[in-house]
Formats: sequence, C-alpha cells, structure tokens
Amino acid sequence: MQFGLSESQQMLKDNARKFFGGECPMEEVRRLMETDTAFDEKLWRNMAEQGYTGIIFPEEFGGVGLGKVELALLMEEAGRALLPGPLFSTVALAGAMIDSIASPELKKKYLAPICAGDARATAAVLESNASWNLTDIHFAASAGGSLTGEKLFVPDAAVADFIIVVARNGVYVAAAKAAGLKITPMSGMDLTRKLYRVEFQNTPADRIGDTGAVAKAFDIATTALVAEMVGGMQRTLDITVEYAKMRKQFGKPIGMFQAVQHQCADMYLETESSRSAAYYAAWALEENAPDASVAVSIAKMYASDAARNVGNRGIQVHGGMGFTWENDVHLYYRRAKYSETAFGDSTFHRERIARLVIDAGETLAKSA
Amino acid sequence: MDLNLTAAEKQFRDELRAWLESNVPKDWNEWREKPLEESFSYLRAWQRKLYEGGWAAVSWPKEYGGRSATLMEQSIFWEEMARVEAPPMANSLGLGLIGPTIIAYGTEEQKARFIPKILSAEEIWCQGFSEPNAGSDLASLQTEARLEGDHYIVNGQKVWTSYGWIGSWCELVVRTDPTVAKHKGLSVLLIDMKSPGVEVRPLRQMTGESEFNEIFFRDVRVPAKNILGKVNDGWNVAVSTLMYERGSYGARLHLLFKRNINRLIELSHTFHNNGLPAAKDALTRQKLAQCYAEIEIMRWNQLRAFSRITATGVPGPEGSIQKIFWSELNQRVQQIAQEMFGAYGQLLAGDKFAVDNGIWSYGYLRTRGNTIEAGTSEVQRNIIGHFVLGLPRSY
Repeated sequence: MQFGLSESQQMLKDNARKFFGGECPMEEVRRLMETDTAFDEKLWRNMAEQGYTGIIFPEEFGGVGLGKVELALLMEEAGRALLPGPLFSTVALAGAMIDSIASPELKKKYLAPICAGDARATAAVLESNASWNLTDIHFAASAGGSLTGEKLFVPDAAVADFIIVVARNGVYVAAAKAAGLKITPMSGMDLTRKLYRVEFQNTPADRIGDTGAVAKAFDIATTALVAEMVGGMQRTLDITVEYAKMRKQFGKPIGMFQAVQHQCADMYLETESSRSAAYYAAWALEENAPDASVAVSIAKMYASDAARNVGNRGIQVHGGMGFTWENDVHLYYRRAKYSETAFGDSTFHRERIARLVIDAGETLAKSA
Repeated sequence: MDLNLTAAEKQFRDELRAWLESNVPKDWNEWREKPLEESFSYLRAWQRKLYEGGWAAVSWPKEYGGRSATLMEQSIFWEEMARVEAPPMANSLGLGLIGPTIIAYGTEEQKARFIPKILSAEEIWCQGFSEPNAGSDLASLQTEARLEGDHYIVNGQKVWTSYGWIGSWCELVVRTDPTVAKHKGLSVLLIDMKSPGVEVRPLRQMTGESEFNEIFFRDVRVPAKNILGKVNDGWNVAVSTLMYERGSYGARLHLLFKRNINRLIELSHTFHNNGLPAAKDALTRQKLAQCYAEIEIMRWNQLRAFSRITATGVPGPEGSIQKIFWSELNQRVQQIAQEMFGAYGQLLAGDKFAVDNGIWSYGYLRTRGNTIEAGTSEVQRNIIGHFVLGLPRSY
C-alpha cells in the first residue's frame, strides 16, 4: 500500500507546475480575466501539445491514456495557477462524459478533436432550479432528438465548439453554432471561468446515450474539480504564509502572533485533508473501488467548506491588503465560490453520503 | 499511488488474522468492568500471549523481538486488532513509546536488561514527563537529579502519569543542569518505581476515574548507569518519545471511530429528533454524514503521512495535523451523540435508562481530554506554524 505519488506522477505534477508557471503567470491570469471569454488560443494549443487535453482519454482517439490520479494532479496544478479558460469544462467535464457515455463512432467524432486541441467543449446541466440532482432535470429532447429549452450556469460556453446537454430522456451533444442555439453571459463572481445561459430552440443534436452513466462521469468531473480546489487552497496558503512572515506590526512579523499562526495552521490542515480526500477519490474511481462514490462525495463535501474557509482565513491574515483588488487572494476566493456549489455544495454531498451510509444502514461488519 | 495491499502486506495480514482467530479472547467485555487490578492481570496475560506469538511489538526491529514491520503493516496490525475487538495490551507505553526510545538511545546493557520484559509485560512502564508547572512548556520542568558519586538523587513531582499505580519502571525527564538554558539541562532517567522515596497517588479526573497518577520523588537514589542517552541531552530523547506518541496513535483510532459512528447511525433509526427518527431528521443526517466523512479523511491523512515517512525515513512535525484532526473530530462525534440522545445522553453507566450503559456520557466527558493530552491543540498549531510553515516562533 502506497499513498504517495509515483515517480512518473510526481514528474507530471512538476512539469505541469512549470508549464503553468511559465505560460500562465498571474499577470496573464489578470489579463485574461478582463477579457470576455478568459480564453487564449495559443495557450490552449500549447496545452494540447503537452497532452493535457487528452490526458485521460484512450490512445485510439489521440489521448494519452493516463488515469484519474494523473488528471487530479494536472487539475491541482491548474488550480494553483488559477488557469483561466476551458480545460476543466472540456476535459474533466464534457470529455469525461463523452468517454463514459458515447459509442466508439461518436467518441471518434467528439473526443478525437478534443485530444488534438482542435475543439473545446462544455456541458449544460443546471436549470432554473439550480439543482444537481439528476431527478430535478426537466429539459427533454423531442422524439426526433431536437432540443428546446434553457440551461444555466454553463461554464465556458462561448468558447466551446460543442455542448453536451443533459436532458431527462438522454444525453445529447449540440454544435455551439447549431440553429436555434443562443449563448448569453451570466456575471459570475469568478472572473477566470465565465458562465453562460444557453437557450435551445429546435436545435439539432446527436444523442450520445442515456442518463445512466452521467453520475459516473460527474464523479470524475467532481474529483477533478476538488483537485483544482486543492491547488487553489495551497496557493492561498503559500501567499498568506509568505505575507505573515514579511508584514510587520508592533515591531514583529505578524506570523509570530499565535492568533495569526493558528489561522495558518488551520489553513494547512484543511488544505492537506482536502488533498488526501481528492487523491483517494481519484484512486478509488480509477480502481472502481466499492466506496468510490462515497469517497467522491466526502472529498467534495470537505473541500467545498475548506476552500471557503481557507480563503476567509487568508484574507483575514492579510488584513487591509487582503481586501484590495491588487492582492491575488480574492481571485482564488472568487473561483472557490464557483467550485463550492458546482456539482453540489457540502450540504448536497452530506445528504448524498447520508443516503449511501445512513439509509443503507451500513454496518462495520459489511464494510470490513 | 497504489492503495491495494502488496503481496507481503497481504501475507502479513492473513498470518495475523489466522493467529487472532484462534487466540483473541472473547470475554474482555466481561472483564473490563472488574476492579482495575483484576482487569489489568487479564491484559497482562493477553500481552504475554501476543508476545509468545511474536505479535507484541511488530514495529520493533527483529533483533529486539519485533517483526521490523513497515508503517503500512503496523497500520494493518492495529486495524486487524480493532476489527476483532482485541483487548488493549497491558504495557502500551512500554511497547509504543518507551521501548522504541530505549532501542534508539539505550546502551547494550540497558537494551538487554529492559527490552525483553517490556515485551512480555513482566515489567510495566510509565512515563514521567508533565509536572504541575510544566505542561505545554515541558522544558521548564523542575524535578531535579543531582549526581552524588555513582547515583543521582531525584527530588520533584510528576503529574498525569498513566499506569503510575502499576508501573515497575518509569521513563523520567529530570533537570541535571539548572545553570544552562532550559532545553539544555535535561536528562532522561530510567527509575525503578520500587525505589525508596517514590510515592504514587491516584489523580481523579473529571470523568470520576483515575487513569492517571501523581508521582512524588523524595531523595530517590538512581544508579547513574540508568541514564538514557547522554547527560543533558534529555530533550532530544524526550522529543523522540513524543514523536512516537504523535505518529503511531492515530493509526489505531480509525476503526474505533468507525465503530462509534456506525453505532450512532444504527441508533439514529430509533432515537427521535423533532418528531422524526433522527435518521430522517435533515440536520442530524447532515451532522452524522459530516462525521462519517471526516473519519474517512482521518484515515487517508494517516496513510499519506505513512507514505511520506516511509519515503523520508523520519516522522515529521506534519504529524501534528493528525493529533488535531482526531482529537477535535472525536469531540464532534460525542457532541452529535448527545444531541441525538437528548435527556438520555447525560445518564451514567449503571443507570437502567443509560444509552449503551453510559459509554456515550463517559465519552462526552473523556474526549474533553483528547485536545489536551499528548500535546494540546494549541501546541500542535504552534508546531505546524513554526516547524511546518516556517513562521517565527511565538514563544
């Protein structure tokens, strides 16, 4: 049993950190977040060259064929860099859905261009009730397979070439430029991941499968998102500790005061615990472990609260500086708010855990 | 990353399982209610059995009677012990903390003299660290040892000593040089508890029991050869013992916590909150799920820490998050139990209406000690702040 990263996993993580640090430093993040779509074509091409857009997809479609742990490590570093743009939407969300649900022909059609870096994608899930329960989805495709209705909170839709649509009667994919499809921005707190309202009016679409496998694909997306949150927490902690060492009041670095030190210690505890949960969930998904779904919910539940807490503490330790636009902590804090509710907040996942372990009346005897 | 057991780990587990199946006593629950002396002799016999099977100290090197088990195997050991509800071992401090310290710092003569009897539970060990005026600030301790010829003369008082009442020997931290900085004048002595001048008194704690003792030393003569490690290097020796304490303890807790939460989940179907079975009450469900989740995370943190220690070779200060995590979580679990049981939660063992014969009312009180014993949560946060994050020392 070995819960550390292998040599190749560590190398992938180190390379990703170097890549994002070089290609997308904070100045670039700030430049992109002021644009309409927070997207840069050249950066996207470079990521595709690194194999990031095909990291978990089969080699027959041009992917790299790595596992969920590797995806988590990549997303952790993307989160640390606060990478703007549709890497999460395209790979961990839309790509993972196609990979889990679609037939080989449709994978060739939709997954291959993602791997090659030629296409971006996203998934439209939420409706006006903003519920992540699949049973709350009302959107239905017509018998002929065309789409009419509205989806909200769709990440990166404006730069997507196609959009996966979760309907109550199946999972569909529509070209972003298809007839009757209209994309309007929503003004989210996170400036680096843009959200959109997507309306459909008799829009033609391919049916890629039924909704049975959506939960599994969401588990992959959720775990990748938790890993991204871990990267954000780590960066917030690093910035905060650095500041606490440098900033002086009463003639001493503020990091010398226990009231400040203990905030930092709690940030560390929450970050490390989120990381343990993210890695475990990724491994459990990869292995199809019996507790994989519970593990994903545990990770998302814990990280949803931890990411917010780490941000709260980080801003507080910075004092007045933490409340300025100039300081980077609030940019991570904004991303954390998107991530907190996406794929269910902590309340949602505690209820999911309760269904899995309380209602099932799980006992030690069964799990041992 | 691979969380499946290796072939060697599987073999270790299967061998242990087979041994436990035919050797673990089934009647510990009847014995644990008996007077301390009686139940303790039961635990001594159980440790003796483990010793004879070669299972008393799996983490110790083979040449000292252990199995040189890896941290993962140690983790498997404690999980298997918890799984079959094995009784604890009588000499838990000797096996877990003091034995490893003697193996690391002791002379060959000391190892030969003490190690076998720690393993067999023939000699029970206690630990004399805290004093009335030296708790978190352990290095300020005042119990003094003055060298006179080939003996030290020890005077002072220790407190919160587990197993003091039954201990044959004590790992005692004393001040051997009062003229230098507080960390630099300490030494560790191995003291025969039957020496004249040693007086042990029970310390009654807020649960009503006396798990701990106070020990008084009045002109106690200790042979100079019973010093552990170098003179005035006692701080390093003591810190090494504390690292074992923080490193290994958490590993044993996962299944115990899991058993607690599973029992609470079971009870949530029968106790009512707001007119519904607690299991159907939205708030109770949320709280139970939160604890269930954190108990799993506690285990994953532990496994990651083990892998890190295996890679680096030393238990680092990161172990402090384990201590904070389990102790504060244990209090939250007990809090939910109380909320679920309402008025019944307060009933003590022996009351016919008490839930599970009072283990929850006891647990509620006992867990207040968790965030204090073995380094308070505040000290653990100082350790993370200074030694892990590199913030300036606050004291």
